[in-house]
Amino acid sequence: MLTLTCPYCGVAADETELHPGGEAHLARSGPDSADADFESYLFLRKNPRGVHFERWRHSHGCGKWFHAARDTRTMQVWGTYPAQVTEPPQDLLAAIADRTA
Amino acid sequence: MKHYSAFAIAREALRGHTGWERAWRKATPKKRYDVVIVGAGGHGLATAYYLGRNHGIRNVAVLEKGWLGGGNTGRNTTIIRSNYLQDPSAAIYEKARSLYETMSQDLNYNVMYSPRGVMMLAQTEHEVRGYKRTAHANALQGVKTEFISPARVKELCPIIELRGPRYPVLGALWQDRAGTARHDAVAWGYARACSNMGMDIIQKCEVTGIRSENGQVTGVTTTKGDIACGKLGIVVAGHSGHLADMAGFRLPIESVALQALVSEPIKPCMDVVVMANTVHGYMSQSDKGEMVIGGGADGYNNYTQRGSFHHIEETVRALIETFPMISRLKMLRQWGGIVDMTGDRSPIISKTPLGNCFINCGWGTGGFKAIPGSGWATAELIARGEPGPLAAAFGLERFREGRFIDESVAAGVAH
Ligand SMILES: Cc1cc2nc3c(=O)[nH]c(=O)nc-3n(C[C@H](O)[C@H](O)[C@H](O)COP(=O)(O)OP(=O)(O)OC[C@H]3O[C@@H](n4cnc5c(N)ncnc54)[C@H](O)[C@@H]3O)c2cc1C
Ligand SMILES: [Zn+2]
Repeated sequence: MLTLTCPYCGVAADETELHPGGEAHLARSGPDSADADFESYLFLRKNPRGVHFERWRHSHGCGKWFHAARDTRTMQVWGTYPAQVTEPPQDLLAAIADRTA
Repeated sequence: MKHYSAFAIAREALRGHTGWERAWRKATPKKRYDVVIVGAGGHGLATAYYLGRNHGIRNVAVLEKGWLGGGNTGRNTTIIRSNYLQDPSAAIYEKARSLYETMSQDLNYNVMYSPRGVMMLAQTEHEVRGYKRTAHANALQGVKTEFISPARVKELCPIIELRGPRYPVLGALWQDRAGTARHDAVAWGYARACSNMGMDIIQKCEVTGIRSENGQVTGVTTTKGDIACGKLGIVVAGHSGHLADMAGFRLPIESVALQALVSEPIKPCMDVVVMANTVHGYMSQSDKGEMVIGGGADGYNNYTQRGSFHHIEETVRALIETFPMISRLKMLRQWGGIVDMTGDRSPIISKTPLGNCFINCGWGTGGFKAIPGSGWATAELIARGEPGPLAAAFGLERFREGRFIDESVAAGVAH
Protein backbone atom coordinates (compact mmCIF):
# COMPACT_ATOMS: atom_id res chain seq x y z
CA MET A 1 0.00 0.00 0.00
CA LEU A 2 1.35 3.40 -1.00
CA THR A 3 1.77 5.68 2.03
CA LEU A 4 2.26 9.45 1.77
CA THR A 5 2.75 11.86 4.63
CA CYS A 6 0.42 14.82 4.39
CA PRO A 7 2.53 17.99 4.73
CA TYR A 8 -0.38 19.82 6.40
CA CYS A 9 -1.67 17.54 9.15
CA GLY A 10 1.40 15.29 9.34
CA VAL A 11 -0.59 12.07 9.03
CA ALA A 12 1.11 9.17 7.21
CA ALA A 13 -1.87 8.37 5.01
CA ASP A 14 -2.55 5.12 3.14
CA GLU A 15 -3.55 5.57 -0.49
CA THR A 16 -7.14 4.59 0.41
CA GLU A 17 -7.29 7.82 2.42
CA LEU A 18 -6.00 9.88 -0.51
CA HIS A 19 -7.20 10.91 -3.93
CA PRO A 20 -4.69 11.11 -6.80
CA GLY A 21 -4.70 14.32 -8.82
CA GLY A 22 -2.24 13.68 -11.64
CA GLU A 23 0.83 15.56 -12.86
CA ALA A 24 1.79 18.59 -10.79
CA HIS A 25 2.92 22.08 -11.79
CA LEU A 26 0.97 22.29 -15.04
CA ALA A 27 0.75 25.84 -16.32
CA ARG A 28 -2.90 26.69 -16.64
CA SER A 29 -4.03 28.17 -19.97
CA GLY A 30 -6.49 31.03 -20.05
CA PRO A 31 -9.25 32.01 -22.52
CA ASP A 32 -6.90 33.70 -24.99
CA SER A 33 -4.45 30.84 -25.25
CA ALA A 34 -3.68 29.02 -28.49
CA ASP A 35 -5.11 25.54 -29.20
CA ALA A 36 -1.68 24.03 -28.67
CA ASP A 37 -1.52 25.52 -25.16
CA PHE A 38 -4.89 24.06 -24.25
CA GLU A 39 -3.83 20.70 -25.67
CA SER A 40 -0.72 20.82 -23.55
CA TYR A 41 -2.53 21.90 -20.41
CA LEU A 42 -5.45 19.50 -20.73
CA PHE A 43 -3.92 16.38 -22.25
CA LEU A 44 -0.16 16.19 -22.85
CA ARG A 45 1.67 14.61 -19.94
CA LYS A 46 5.30 13.89 -19.06
CA ASN A 47 4.30 10.43 -17.80
CA PRO A 48 7.94 9.73 -16.85
CA ARG A 49 9.43 6.36 -16.14
CA GLY A 50 11.21 7.79 -13.11
CA VAL A 51 10.51 10.60 -10.67
CA HIS A 52 6.98 11.98 -11.05
CA PHE A 53 5.84 15.20 -9.38
CA GLU A 54 2.16 14.79 -8.71
CA ARG A 55 -0.86 16.15 -6.90
CA TRP A 56 -2.75 14.35 -4.15
CA ARG A 57 -5.65 15.27 -1.95
CA HIS A 58 -5.92 14.11 1.65
CA SER A 59 -9.59 13.52 0.93
CA HIS A 60 -10.44 11.30 3.90
CA GLY A 61 -8.29 13.37 6.25
CA CYS A 62 -7.73 17.08 6.50
CA GLY A 63 -9.00 17.57 2.93
CA LYS A 64 -5.99 19.55 1.70
CA TRP A 65 -4.33 19.23 -1.70
CA PHE A 66 -0.58 18.65 -1.60
CA HIS A 67 2.32 17.53 -3.82
CA ALA A 68 4.45 14.38 -3.83
CA ALA A 69 7.60 13.26 -5.64
CA ARG A 70 7.43 9.53 -6.36
CA ASP A 71 9.44 7.21 -8.60
CA THR A 72 7.08 5.39 -10.98
CA ARG A 73 9.58 2.53 -11.48
CA THR A 74 10.13 1.70 -7.82
CA MET A 75 7.26 3.45 -5.96
CA GLN A 76 9.92 5.14 -3.84
CA VAL A 77 8.53 8.35 -2.34
CA TRP A 78 11.08 11.18 -2.32
CA GLY A 79 8.95 13.52 -0.30
CA THR A 80 5.76 15.53 -0.06
CA TYR A 81 5.34 19.31 -0.05
CA PRO A 82 2.58 21.92 0.12
CA ALA A 83 0.35 22.82 -2.81
CA GLN A 84 1.10 26.55 -2.86
CA VAL A 85 4.19 26.33 -5.06
CA THR A 86 4.68 26.29 -8.82
CA GLU A 87 7.72 24.04 -8.77
CA PRO A 88 9.25 21.41 -6.46
CA PRO A 89 11.36 22.76 -3.56
CA GLN A 90 15.09 23.10 -4.31
CA ASP A 91 16.21 20.83 -1.45
CA LEU A 92 13.96 18.02 -2.73
CA LEU A 93 15.32 18.40 -6.28
CA ALA A 94 18.86 18.41 -4.89
CA ALA A 95 18.23 15.26 -2.83
CA ILE A 96 16.82 13.47 -5.88
CA ALA A 97 19.70 14.60 -8.11
CA ASP A 98 22.16 13.54 -5.46
CA ARG A 99 20.73 10.04 -5.04
CA THR A 100 19.97 9.30 -8.69
CA ALA A 101 23.23 10.68 -10.14
CA MET B 1 7.04 -23.26 -42.20
CA LYS B 2 5.38 -26.59 -41.70
CA HIS B 3 1.60 -26.50 -41.82
CA TYR B 4 -0.21 -27.43 -38.61
CA SER B 5 -3.00 -29.94 -39.21
CA ALA B 6 -4.60 -33.09 -37.84
CA PHE B 7 -2.43 -34.96 -40.33
CA ALA B 8 0.74 -33.30 -38.95
CA ILE B 9 -0.21 -34.35 -35.41
CA ALA B 10 -0.72 -37.95 -36.56
CA ARG B 11 2.57 -37.92 -38.47
CA GLU B 12 4.49 -36.54 -35.50
CA ALA B 13 2.81 -38.98 -33.13
CA LEU B 14 4.19 -41.80 -35.23
CA ARG B 15 7.75 -40.45 -35.19
CA GLY B 16 7.99 -39.40 -31.55
CA HIS B 17 7.38 -35.70 -32.17
CA THR B 18 10.87 -35.19 -33.60
CA GLY B 19 9.72 -33.18 -36.63
CA TRP B 20 8.24 -30.04 -35.03
CA GLU B 21 10.21 -26.90 -35.77
CA ARG B 22 10.50 -23.58 -33.92
CA ALA B 23 7.34 -21.54 -34.39
CA TRP B 24 9.46 -18.52 -35.37
CA ARG B 25 13.14 -18.18 -36.28
CA LYS B 26 15.58 -16.83 -33.74
CA ALA B 27 16.97 -13.72 -35.42
CA THR B 28 19.90 -11.37 -34.95
CA PRO B 29 19.37 -7.80 -36.12
CA LYS B 30 20.38 -6.80 -39.64
CA LYS B 31 21.93 -3.37 -40.23
CA ARG B 32 18.84 -1.95 -41.88
CA TYR B 33 15.15 -2.67 -42.38
CA ASP B 34 12.48 -0.93 -44.43
CA VAL B 35 10.29 -0.86 -41.33
CA VAL B 36 11.19 -1.38 -37.68
CA ILE B 37 8.37 -2.00 -35.21
CA VAL B 38 9.16 -1.42 -31.53
CA GLY B 39 7.19 -3.76 -29.26
CA ALA B 40 6.23 -7.38 -29.89
CA GLY B 41 2.83 -7.26 -28.25
CA GLY B 42 -0.25 -8.17 -30.24
CA HIS B 43 -0.52 -4.74 -31.86
CA GLY B 44 3.12 -4.60 -32.99
CA LEU B 45 3.06 -8.13 -34.35
CA ALA B 46 -0.29 -7.66 -36.11
CA THR B 47 1.05 -4.45 -37.67
CA ALA B 48 4.06 -6.36 -39.02
CA TYR B 49 1.83 -9.17 -40.24
CA TYR B 50 -0.45 -6.87 -42.24
CA LEU B 51 2.52 -4.88 -43.59
CA GLY B 52 3.58 -8.13 -45.20
CA ARG B 53 0.21 -9.57 -46.08
CA ASN B 54 -1.68 -6.48 -47.25
CA HIS B 55 1.15 -4.27 -48.49
CA GLY B 56 3.97 -6.62 -49.51
CA ILE B 57 6.47 -4.96 -47.13
CA ARG B 58 8.52 -7.81 -45.71
CA ASN B 59 11.93 -6.36 -44.85
CA VAL B 60 10.62 -5.78 -41.34
CA ALA B 61 11.94 -6.30 -37.81
CA VAL B 62 9.90 -6.40 -34.62
CA LEU B 63 12.04 -5.47 -31.60
CA GLU B 64 10.99 -6.56 -28.12
CA LYS B 65 12.78 -5.63 -24.90
CA GLY B 66 11.47 -8.61 -22.97
CA TRP B 67 9.81 -11.66 -24.36
CA LEU B 68 7.16 -11.83 -27.00
CA GLY B 69 3.71 -11.13 -25.60
CA GLY B 70 5.17 -10.43 -22.14
CA GLY B 71 3.49 -7.02 -21.99
CA ASN B 72 -0.24 -6.47 -21.72
CA THR B 73 -0.96 -8.91 -24.52
CA GLY B 74 -0.08 -11.79 -22.19
CA ARG B 75 -1.63 -10.20 -19.11
CA ASN B 76 -5.19 -9.40 -20.07
CA THR B 77 -8.54 -11.04 -19.42
CA THR B 78 -9.07 -11.60 -23.18
CA ILE B 79 -12.52 -10.08 -23.57
CA ILE B 80 -13.37 -9.43 -27.23
CA ARG B 81 -16.39 -7.28 -28.12
CA SER B 82 -17.28 -4.45 -30.48
CA ASN B 83 -20.31 -2.81 -28.86
CA TYR B 84 -18.82 0.67 -28.60
CA LEU B 85 -20.79 3.90 -28.75
CA GLN B 86 -18.92 6.06 -31.26
CA ASP B 87 -18.80 5.23 -34.97
CA PRO B 88 -14.99 5.22 -35.41
CA SER B 89 -14.65 2.82 -32.45
CA ALA B 90 -17.38 0.50 -33.65
CA ALA B 91 -15.71 0.40 -37.08
CA ILE B 92 -12.24 -0.63 -35.89
CA TYR B 93 -13.38 -2.94 -33.06
CA GLU B 94 -15.91 -4.67 -35.31
CA LYS B 95 -13.24 -5.09 -38.01
CA ALA B 96 -11.05 -6.66 -35.33
CA ARG B 97 -13.80 -8.91 -34.02
CA SER B 98 -14.60 -10.16 -37.48
CA LEU B 99 -10.90 -10.86 -38.15
CA TYR B 100 -10.77 -12.84 -34.88
CA GLU B 101 -13.46 -15.15 -36.27
CA THR B 102 -11.12 -16.44 -38.97
CA MET B 103 -7.78 -15.79 -37.27
CA SER B 104 -7.01 -19.45 -36.50
CA GLN B 105 -7.49 -20.35 -40.16
CA ASP B 106 -5.68 -17.25 -41.48
CA LEU B 107 -2.64 -17.84 -39.27
CA ASN B 108 -2.83 -21.65 -39.25
CA TYR B 109 -2.56 -21.30 -35.48
CA ASN B 110 -5.28 -22.12 -32.99
CA VAL B 111 -6.07 -18.92 -31.09
CA MET B 112 -9.10 -20.56 -29.48
CA TYR B 113 -11.48 -17.75 -30.38
CA SER B 114 -14.63 -18.50 -28.46
CA PRO B 115 -17.64 -16.34 -29.44
CA ARG B 116 -19.48 -17.26 -26.26
CA GLY B 117 -21.23 -13.91 -25.86
CA VAL B 118 -20.48 -10.92 -23.65
CA MET B 119 -22.98 -9.18 -21.40
CA MET B 120 -22.39 -5.80 -19.82
CA LEU B 121 -24.59 -5.54 -16.76
CA ALA B 122 -26.62 -2.41 -16.18
CA GLN B 123 -26.64 -1.93 -12.41
CA THR B 124 -27.77 1.68 -12.20
CA GLU B 125 -30.53 3.60 -14.02
CA HIS B 126 -27.81 5.64 -15.66
CA GLU B 127 -26.27 2.51 -17.12
CA VAL B 128 -29.67 1.27 -18.36
CA ARG B 129 -30.05 4.48 -20.35
CA GLY B 130 -26.41 4.41 -21.48
CA TYR B 131 -26.57 0.82 -22.76
CA LYS B 132 -29.92 1.31 -24.49
CA ARG B 133 -28.33 4.23 -26.29
CA THR B 134 -25.34 2.06 -27.22
CA ALA B 135 -27.65 -0.69 -28.51
CA HIS B 136 -29.36 1.87 -30.79
CA ALA B 137 -25.99 3.20 -31.95
CA ASN B 138 -24.83 -0.35 -32.64
CA ALA B 139 -27.95 -1.01 -34.73
CA LEU B 140 -27.06 1.98 -36.91
CA GLN B 141 -23.44 0.84 -37.13
CA GLY B 142 -24.42 -2.68 -38.22
CA VAL B 143 -23.05 -4.25 -35.03
CA LYS B 144 -25.51 -6.80 -33.67
CA THR B 145 -26.24 -6.15 -29.99
CA GLU B 146 -29.38 -5.97 -27.87
CA PHE B 147 -30.50 -4.70 -24.50
CA ILE B 148 -31.81 -7.67 -22.53
CA SER B 149 -34.02 -8.00 -19.46
CA PRO B 150 -32.91 -9.28 -16.04
CA ALA B 151 -34.81 -12.53 -16.70
CA ARG B 152 -32.80 -13.10 -19.89
CA VAL B 153 -29.58 -12.29 -17.98
CA LYS B 154 -30.46 -15.03 -15.47
CA GLU B 155 -31.24 -17.44 -18.28
CA LEU B 156 -27.87 -16.84 -19.96
CA CYS B 157 -25.92 -16.84 -16.70
CA PRO B 158 -27.74 -18.69 -13.91
CA ILE B 159 -25.07 -18.02 -11.27
CA ILE B 160 -25.87 -14.29 -11.24
CA GLU B 161 -27.80 -12.89 -8.27
CA LEU B 162 -30.16 -10.32 -9.76
CA ARG B 163 -31.28 -8.68 -6.52
CA GLY B 164 -28.03 -7.63 -4.92
CA PRO B 165 -28.74 -5.04 -2.23
CA ARG B 166 -26.23 -2.51 -3.53
CA TYR B 167 -26.00 -3.40 -7.21
CA PRO B 168 -29.21 -5.00 -8.53
CA VAL B 169 -29.12 -6.22 -12.15
CA LEU B 170 -31.50 -4.04 -14.16
CA GLY B 171 -30.67 -5.48 -17.58
CA ALA B 172 -27.64 -5.89 -19.81
CA LEU B 173 -26.13 -5.00 -23.15
CA TRP B 174 -25.65 -8.36 -24.87
CA GLN B 175 -23.43 -9.12 -27.87
CA ASP B 176 -23.70 -12.77 -28.83
CA ARG B 177 -20.79 -12.74 -31.31
CA ALA B 178 -18.39 -11.37 -28.70
CA GLY B 179 -16.23 -13.65 -26.56
CA THR B 180 -12.65 -14.53 -25.67
CA ALA B 181 -9.47 -15.92 -27.26
CA ARG B 182 -6.17 -17.35 -26.05
CA HIS B 183 -3.98 -14.25 -25.62
CA ASP B 184 -0.51 -15.85 -25.91
CA ALA B 185 -1.60 -17.76 -28.99
CA VAL B 186 -2.51 -14.51 -30.73
CA ALA B 187 1.04 -13.21 -30.23
CA TRP B 188 2.62 -16.57 -31.10
CA GLY B 189 0.46 -17.06 -34.18
CA TYR B 190 1.32 -13.65 -35.61
CA ALA B 191 5.02 -14.11 -34.79
CA ARG B 192 5.08 -17.43 -36.62
CA ALA B 193 3.33 -15.94 -39.65
CA CYS B 194 5.67 -12.91 -39.68
CA SER B 195 8.75 -15.08 -39.39
CA ASN B 196 7.43 -17.19 -42.23
CA MET B 197 7.26 -14.07 -44.41
CA GLY B 198 10.97 -13.50 -43.72
CA MET B 199 10.56 -10.90 -40.98
CA ASP B 200 12.85 -10.85 -37.94
CA ILE B 201 11.32 -11.11 -34.47
CA ILE B 202 14.08 -10.04 -32.08
CA GLN B 203 13.49 -10.55 -28.36
CA LYS B 204 15.56 -9.13 -25.47
CA CYS B 205 16.32 -6.14 -27.65
CA GLU B 206 15.39 -2.89 -25.94
CA VAL B 207 15.17 0.32 -27.90
CA THR B 208 17.10 2.95 -25.94
CA GLY B 209 17.16 5.80 -28.43
CA ILE B 210 15.59 7.04 -31.64
CA ARG B 211 17.86 8.57 -34.28
CA SER B 212 16.77 11.19 -36.77
CA GLU B 213 18.11 13.61 -39.37
CA ASN B 214 16.35 16.75 -40.60
CA GLY B 215 13.17 15.79 -38.79
CA GLN B 216 13.04 12.30 -40.35
CA VAL B 217 13.62 9.10 -38.42
CA THR B 218 16.74 7.19 -39.51
CA GLY B 219 16.95 4.35 -37.03
CA VAL B 220 17.03 3.19 -33.44
CA THR B 221 19.68 2.53 -30.83
CA THR B 222 19.14 -0.78 -29.05
CA THR B 223 20.76 -3.06 -26.52
CA LYS B 224 21.78 -5.15 -29.54
CA GLY B 225 23.36 -2.26 -31.44
CA ASP B 226 22.17 0.40 -33.88
CA ILE B 227 19.55 -0.52 -36.44
CA ALA B 228 18.68 1.74 -39.37
CA CYS B 229 15.19 1.93 -40.78
CA GLY B 230 13.16 3.69 -43.44
CA LYS B 231 10.07 3.90 -41.25
CA LEU B 232 9.50 3.33 -37.56
CA GLY B 233 6.37 2.11 -35.78
CA ILE B 234 6.19 2.62 -32.01
CA VAL B 235 3.76 0.09 -30.53
CA VAL B 236 4.69 -0.17 -26.85
CA ALA B 237 1.46 0.44 -24.88
CA GLY B 238 2.35 1.58 -21.34
CA HIS B 239 5.85 2.60 -22.41
CA SER B 240 4.67 4.96 -25.16
CA GLY B 241 5.48 8.10 -23.18
CA HIS B 242 9.03 6.86 -22.69
CA LEU B 243 9.53 6.18 -26.41
CA ALA B 244 7.87 9.48 -27.37
CA ASP B 245 10.35 11.20 -25.09
CA MET B 246 13.19 9.56 -27.08
CA ALA B 247 11.59 10.80 -30.31
CA GLY B 248 11.15 14.30 -28.88
CA PHE B 249 7.41 14.72 -28.41
CA ARG B 250 4.82 14.40 -25.66
CA LEU B 251 1.67 12.29 -25.71
CA PRO B 252 -1.78 12.66 -24.16
CA ILE B 253 -1.11 9.46 -22.23
CA GLU B 254 -0.69 8.37 -18.65
CA SER B 255 0.53 4.90 -17.71
CA VAL B 256 -1.25 3.18 -14.84
CA ALA B 257 -1.49 -0.33 -13.45
CA LEU B 258 -4.46 -2.56 -14.20
CA GLN B 259 -4.84 -5.88 -12.42
CA ALA B 260 -6.41 -9.26 -12.95
CA LEU B 261 -6.63 -12.48 -10.95
CA VAL B 262 -7.66 -16.10 -11.42
CA SER B 263 -9.25 -18.58 -9.06
CA GLU B 264 -8.61 -22.24 -8.53
CA PRO B 265 -10.24 -24.28 -11.32
CA ILE B 266 -13.82 -25.39 -10.76
CA LYS B 267 -16.40 -27.27 -12.82
CA PRO B 268 -18.01 -25.36 -15.70
CA CYS B 269 -20.47 -22.84 -14.21
CA MET B 270 -20.68 -19.96 -16.68
CA ASP B 271 -20.32 -20.00 -20.44
CA VAL B 272 -20.61 -16.30 -21.15
CA VAL B 273 -18.45 -13.30 -20.24
CA VAL B 274 -19.95 -10.90 -17.70
CA MET B 275 -18.78 -7.32 -17.29
CA ALA B 276 -19.98 -5.22 -14.37
CA ASN B 277 -18.63 -1.80 -15.22
CA THR B 278 -20.13 0.13 -12.32
CA VAL B 279 -18.16 -1.93 -9.83
CA HIS B 280 -15.14 -2.61 -12.09
CA GLY B 281 -15.51 -6.36 -12.11
CA TYR B 282 -15.21 -8.65 -15.13
CA MET B 283 -15.52 -12.40 -15.05
CA SER B 284 -15.37 -15.38 -17.36
CA GLN B 285 -14.40 -19.01 -16.97
CA SER B 286 -11.32 -20.31 -18.74
CA ASP B 287 -11.21 -23.65 -20.49
CA LYS B 288 -9.18 -24.94 -17.53
CA GLY B 289 -12.04 -24.00 -15.20
CA GLU B 290 -10.45 -21.00 -13.51
CA MET B 291 -12.61 -17.94 -12.96
CA VAL B 292 -10.74 -15.12 -14.71
CA ILE B 293 -11.41 -11.78 -13.03
CA GLY B 294 -10.41 -8.31 -14.13
CA GLY B 295 -10.51 -5.27 -11.91
CA GLY B 296 -10.27 -1.50 -12.10
CA ALA B 297 -7.24 0.60 -12.97
CA ASP B 298 -5.20 2.49 -10.40
CA GLY B 299 -5.54 6.24 -10.31
CA TYR B 300 -1.87 7.18 -10.46
CA ASN B 301 1.08 6.76 -12.82
CA ASN B 302 3.05 3.58 -12.37
CA TYR B 303 5.48 1.41 -14.35
CA THR B 304 5.96 -1.41 -11.84
CA GLN B 305 3.40 -3.92 -13.20
CA ARG B 306 2.07 -4.23 -9.66
CA GLY B 307 -1.20 -2.60 -8.70
CA SER B 308 -2.84 -1.54 -5.46
CA PHE B 309 -4.28 -4.29 -3.33
CA HIS B 310 -7.35 -2.29 -2.39
CA HIS B 311 -8.52 -2.37 -6.01
CA ILE B 312 -8.50 -6.15 -5.98
CA GLU B 313 -10.41 -6.02 -2.72
CA GLU B 314 -13.03 -3.65 -4.15
CA THR B 315 -13.50 -5.75 -7.27
CA VAL B 316 -13.87 -8.99 -5.38
CA ARG B 317 -16.16 -7.45 -2.77
CA ALA B 318 -18.53 -6.22 -5.47
CA LEU B 319 -18.39 -9.42 -7.55
CA ILE B 320 -19.29 -11.55 -4.54
CA GLU B 321 -22.56 -9.68 -4.30
CA THR B 322 -23.38 -10.45 -7.94
CA PHE B 323 -21.92 -13.97 -7.88
CA PRO B 324 -22.47 -15.25 -4.32
CA MET B 325 -21.17 -18.72 -5.27
CA ILE B 326 -17.60 -17.45 -5.71
CA SER B 327 -17.36 -16.26 -2.10
CA ARG B 328 -15.38 -19.28 -0.93
CA LEU B 329 -13.20 -19.68 -4.02
CA LYS B 330 -9.47 -19.46 -3.49
CA MET B 331 -7.58 -17.10 -5.76
CA LEU B 332 -4.47 -18.61 -7.32
CA ARG B 333 -2.68 -15.74 -8.97
CA GLN B 334 -2.90 -11.99 -9.33
CA TRP B 335 -0.88 -9.73 -11.64
CA GLY B 336 -0.76 -6.29 -13.16
CA GLY B 337 -0.03 -4.70 -16.51
CA ILE B 338 0.82 -1.10 -17.36
CA VAL B 339 -1.94 0.35 -19.48
CA ASP B 340 -1.75 3.51 -21.57
CA MET B 341 -4.74 5.76 -20.85
CA THR B 342 -5.71 8.67 -23.12
CA GLY B 343 -7.92 11.60 -22.21
CA ASP B 344 -10.92 10.35 -24.22
CA ARG B 345 -10.29 6.64 -23.51
CA SER B 346 -9.78 5.98 -27.23
CA PRO B 347 -6.61 4.80 -28.92
CA ILE B 348 -4.09 6.67 -31.06
CA ILE B 349 -3.05 5.45 -34.52
CA SER B 350 -1.14 8.36 -35.90
CA LYS B 351 1.68 10.11 -37.64
CA THR B 352 3.94 11.90 -35.17
CA PRO B 353 5.88 15.18 -35.20
CA LEU B 354 8.89 13.12 -36.34
CA GLY B 355 8.84 12.24 -40.05
CA ASN B 356 8.30 8.56 -40.97
CA CYS B 357 7.74 7.74 -37.32
CA PHE B 358 4.27 6.40 -36.51
CA ILE B 359 2.64 5.50 -33.24
CA ASN B 360 -0.03 3.06 -32.14
CA CYS B 361 -0.96 3.35 -28.47
CA GLY B 362 -3.61 4.40 -26.00
CA TRP B 363 -5.53 1.13 -26.04
CA GLY B 364 -5.58 1.37 -22.28
CA THR B 365 -7.62 -1.27 -20.53
CA GLY B 366 -9.22 -2.65 -23.67
CA GLY B 367 -6.90 -3.28 -26.60
CA PHE B 368 -6.67 -7.05 -26.76
CA LYS B 369 -9.96 -7.20 -28.66
CA ALA B 370 -8.63 -4.67 -31.16
CA ILE B 371 -5.39 -6.41 -32.14
CA PRO B 372 -6.18 -7.54 -35.70
CA GLY B 373 -8.11 -4.39 -36.66
CA SER B 374 -5.46 -2.16 -35.16
CA GLY B 375 -2.67 -4.04 -36.95
CA TRP B 376 -4.61 -3.73 -40.20
CA ALA B 377 -5.06 0.03 -39.77
CA THR B 378 -1.52 0.71 -38.54
CA ALA B 379 0.06 -1.26 -41.38
CA GLU B 380 -1.96 0.81 -43.83
CA LEU B 381 -0.80 4.03 -42.14
CA ILE B 382 2.86 2.98 -42.20
CA ALA B 383 2.78 1.63 -45.77
CA ARG B 384 1.01 4.66 -47.29
CA GLY B 385 2.23 7.33 -44.91
CA GLU B 386 -1.39 8.48 -44.48
CA PRO B 387 -4.17 6.94 -42.39
CA GLY B 388 -6.84 4.89 -44.14
CA PRO B 389 -10.54 4.96 -43.21
CA LEU B 390 -10.15 2.84 -40.05
CA ALA B 391 -7.38 4.99 -38.54
CA ALA B 392 -8.39 8.45 -39.78
CA ALA B 393 -10.32 9.49 -36.66
CA PHE B 394 -7.63 8.26 -34.26
CA GLY B 395 -4.92 10.81 -35.08
CA LEU B 396 -3.02 12.69 -32.38
CA GLU B 397 -4.31 16.03 -33.67
CA ARG B 398 -7.77 15.28 -32.27
CA PHE B 399 -6.64 16.40 -28.83
CA ARG B 400 -5.69 19.80 -30.19
CA GLU B 401 -8.75 20.13 -32.38
CA GLY B 402 -11.22 18.90 -29.78
CA ARG B 403 -12.50 16.02 -31.97
CA PHE B 404 -12.58 13.47 -29.18
CA ILE B 405 -13.85 9.92 -29.58
CA ASP B 406 -15.41 9.87 -26.19
CA GLU B 407 -15.81 6.29 -25.05
CA SER B 408 -15.71 7.10 -21.37
CA VAL B 409 -19.31 8.34 -21.38
CA ALA B 410 -21.22 5.11 -20.94
CA ALA B 411 -18.97 3.00 -18.80
CA GLY B 412 -15.87 4.97 -17.93
CA VAL B 413 -13.91 1.84 -18.71
CA ALA B 414 -13.51 -0.38 -21.72
CA HIS B 415 -12.01 -3.82 -21.28
C1 LIG C 1 -5.00 -6.89 -16.35
C2 LIG C 1 -5.39 -6.47 -17.73
C3 LIG C 1 -6.62 -6.91 -18.26
C4 LIG C 1 -7.00 -6.55 -19.54
N1 LIG C 1 -8.15 -7.06 -20.05
C5 LIG C 1 -8.49 -6.83 -21.34
C6 LIG C 1 -9.63 -7.47 -21.91
O1 LIG C 1 -10.33 -8.25 -21.26
N2 LIG C 1 -9.93 -7.20 -23.21
C7 LIG C 1 -9.19 -6.34 -23.96
O2 LIG C 1 -9.53 -6.12 -25.11
N3 LIG C 1 -8.07 -5.75 -23.46
C8 LIG C 1 -7.71 -5.97 -22.16
N4 LIG C 1 -6.58 -5.39 -21.64
C9 LIG C 1 -5.80 -4.44 -22.45
C10 LIG C 1 -4.89 -5.16 -23.42
O3 LIG C 1 -4.13 -6.12 -22.74
C11 LIG C 1 -3.94 -4.16 -24.09
O4 LIG C 1 -4.65 -3.05 -24.59
C12 LIG C 1 -3.20 -4.80 -25.27
O5 LIG C 1 -2.71 -6.06 -24.93
C13 LIG C 1 -2.08 -3.90 -25.69
O6 LIG C 1 -1.29 -4.57 -26.63
P1 LIG C 1 0.02 -3.91 -27.17
O7 LIG C 1 0.57 -4.80 -28.21
O8 LIG C 1 -0.27 -2.51 -27.54
O9 LIG C 1 0.95 -3.80 -25.87
P2 LIG C 1 1.85 -4.89 -25.11
O10 LIG C 1 1.32 -6.24 -25.23
O11 LIG C 1 2.08 -4.34 -23.74
O12 LIG C 1 3.17 -4.85 -25.96
C14 LIG C 1 4.09 -3.78 -25.92
C15 LIG C 1 5.47 -4.38 -25.92
O13 LIG C 1 6.43 -3.35 -26.08
C16 LIG C 1 7.59 -3.75 -25.38
N5 LIG C 1 8.44 -2.59 -25.15
C17 LIG C 1 8.24 -1.55 -24.30
N6 LIG C 1 9.27 -0.69 -24.34
C18 LIG C 1 10.16 -1.20 -25.25
C19 LIG C 1 11.43 -0.76 -25.72
N7 LIG C 1 12.01 0.37 -25.27
N8 LIG C 1 12.07 -1.53 -26.65
C20 LIG C 1 11.50 -2.68 -27.10
N9 LIG C 1 10.30 -3.13 -26.69
C21 LIG C 1 9.63 -2.39 -25.77
C22 LIG C 1 7.03 -4.36 -24.10
O14 LIG C 1 7.96 -5.20 -23.49
C23 LIG C 1 5.80 -5.09 -24.60
O15 LIG C 1 6.02 -6.46 -24.86
C24 LIG C 1 -6.16 -5.71 -20.33
C25 LIG C 1 -4.94 -5.27 -19.81
C26 LIG C 1 -4.55 -5.66 -18.54
C27 LIG C 1 -3.22 -5.20 -18.02
ZN1 LIG D 1 -3.78 15.97 5.83
